[in-house]
Amino acid sequence: MITRRHLLETAGAGAALAVSALSLPKFMAAEAAGVDLTPGVPQGISSYVTMGTLPGKKPLIQLSDRPPNYEAPIEYLRTPITPNDQFYVRYHLADIPEVKAEGYKISVGGDGANGTAEITLDDLKKMPAVEVVAVNQCSGNRRGLSNPHVQGVEWGYGAMGCARWKGAKLKDVLDKVGLKKEAIEISFNGADGPAIDKTPDFIKSIPVWKAMDESTIIAYEMNGAPLPHFNGFPARIVVPGWTGTYWMKHVISITALTKPQGGFWMNPAYRVPIGKFPLRDRFTTQEYAPNTPITEMVVNSLITSHRDGAKIKASTVAVSGMAWDGGYGIRSVQVSTDGGKTWASAALGQDLGPYAFRPWSFDLSAKKGTNTVMVNATNKIGQSQTAELIFNPAGYHNNVMQNITLIA
Amino acid sequence: MRTFVIAFIAALIALPAAAADVQLKKGPGLDKVEANCQACHTLAYIPMNSPFLNAAGWSAMVTKMIKAFGAPIDDGDAKAIAEYLAKNYGT
Repeated sequence: MITRRHLLETAGAGAALAVSALSLPKFMAAEAAGVDLTPGVPQGISSYVTMGTLPGKKPLIQLSDRPPNYEAPIEYLRTPITPNDQFYVRYHLADIPEVKAEGYKISVGGDGANGTAEITLDDLKKMPAVEVVAVNQCSGNRRGLSNPHVQGVEWGYGAMGCARWKGAKLKDVLDKVGLKKEAIEISFNGADGPAIDKTPDFIKSIPVWKAMDESTIIAYEMNGAPLPHFNGFPARIVVPGWTGTYWMKHVISITALTKPQGGFWMNPAYRVPIGKFPLRDRFTTQEYAPNTPITEMVVNSLITSHRDGAKIKASTVAVSGMAWDGGYGIRSVQVSTDGGKTWASAALGQDLGPYAFRPWSFDLSAKKGTNTVMVNATNKIGQSQTAELIFNPAGYHNNVMQNITLIA
Repeated sequence: MRTFVIAFIAALIALPAAAADVQLKKGPGLDKVEANCQACHTLAYIPMNSPFLNAAGWSAMVTKMIKAFGAPIDDGDAKAIAEYLAKNYGT
């Protein structure tokens, strides 16, 4: 085991080395490879993974640099609002232009619209502003924990974050062109694209009813600042409650459709088996058996105060984390210290709205030796996490209750 | 230990460089992997997805890259790539 001190002593030969090591977060030094991977992710990741620092970001777990897929370590998720520089990064395609605010515009139209419009960033900012605190979670968050493993970006726990998004209502933008009554879906394209022309561009749609929701916005601010480039500058779609796949970054076109959006990224990608998950939001115009588009997030929680196997003192220890769901809101978080036989309520923290991370904390009376902490969140419509993985081919919706061991 | 620490520090220094390429296992077909796969994505996708695919799984992955993502890989290279992946990153 390499400790931070060992590292610095060994690195002492060169001041520059010491500085680069010092600038790293403390937790990084805890593990040999410099990256605390989530236990259970495919072994091959450890052969290459590093902490990587994108411009404007703190070090994130660099699963891939091209396209950029960077995961937040759980230590970055200890606050109900995830700072912009700690927010995860996810792209499908590697051609990512740096979009300038000047000259930026969104083309609005489509066969389901009565007209067309071009909306600049200034236009967006002049429209009535809406703020919503919402979790953005990659559909594939925790894919790496699927058993058996399934192909894809092998995320651990950190392909998510929660931010205060500010922007114009998508509804208000659509009202500028007017929707025909035949319109069924609103689709989005972003400025990023594939490295080669034959690769399908990343285009996603949502049902009209979700597009017209008062909370669905075109966001130009994240936590009071312009969106970071890697989170969608100058503006992105925010679809509170639904997984990140619909939250188009660098959005440059919004198209009203009278027919279902086609393309690889709608089908076969981003789909879950029909009937396997307790989801209420259905995207019926895209529902073709045996599967259906992923929609809202399942109720879930994450322990962020401690990693599995952490050493603690034999005293009262606050174990805490976040809980979230698809927008119904968190009703309770239950904790068990006996493997699920008995449960006690955790204290819930600040309520930033139904789409936000809900902090929770539990005072564990830790005894000498091994302690276990199991967590189960329940939302306001009575849905809870699962005890066993609901396996599906793309590794989505893993909300298996954590049961970590803490050693005193 | 010392060797490892040096390697770790070297990795830290290399961090900001986006071109810090992933070194794959040496073996027949690696040249085809390097020549074809990196056009669209980092080679990190390979060890990331290992080791849990069998030969059929890796073959299907290569086919998906060609059919779904339009990768211009000829049949001979596709076969060599699938064999390399199965041998070095398969189950």
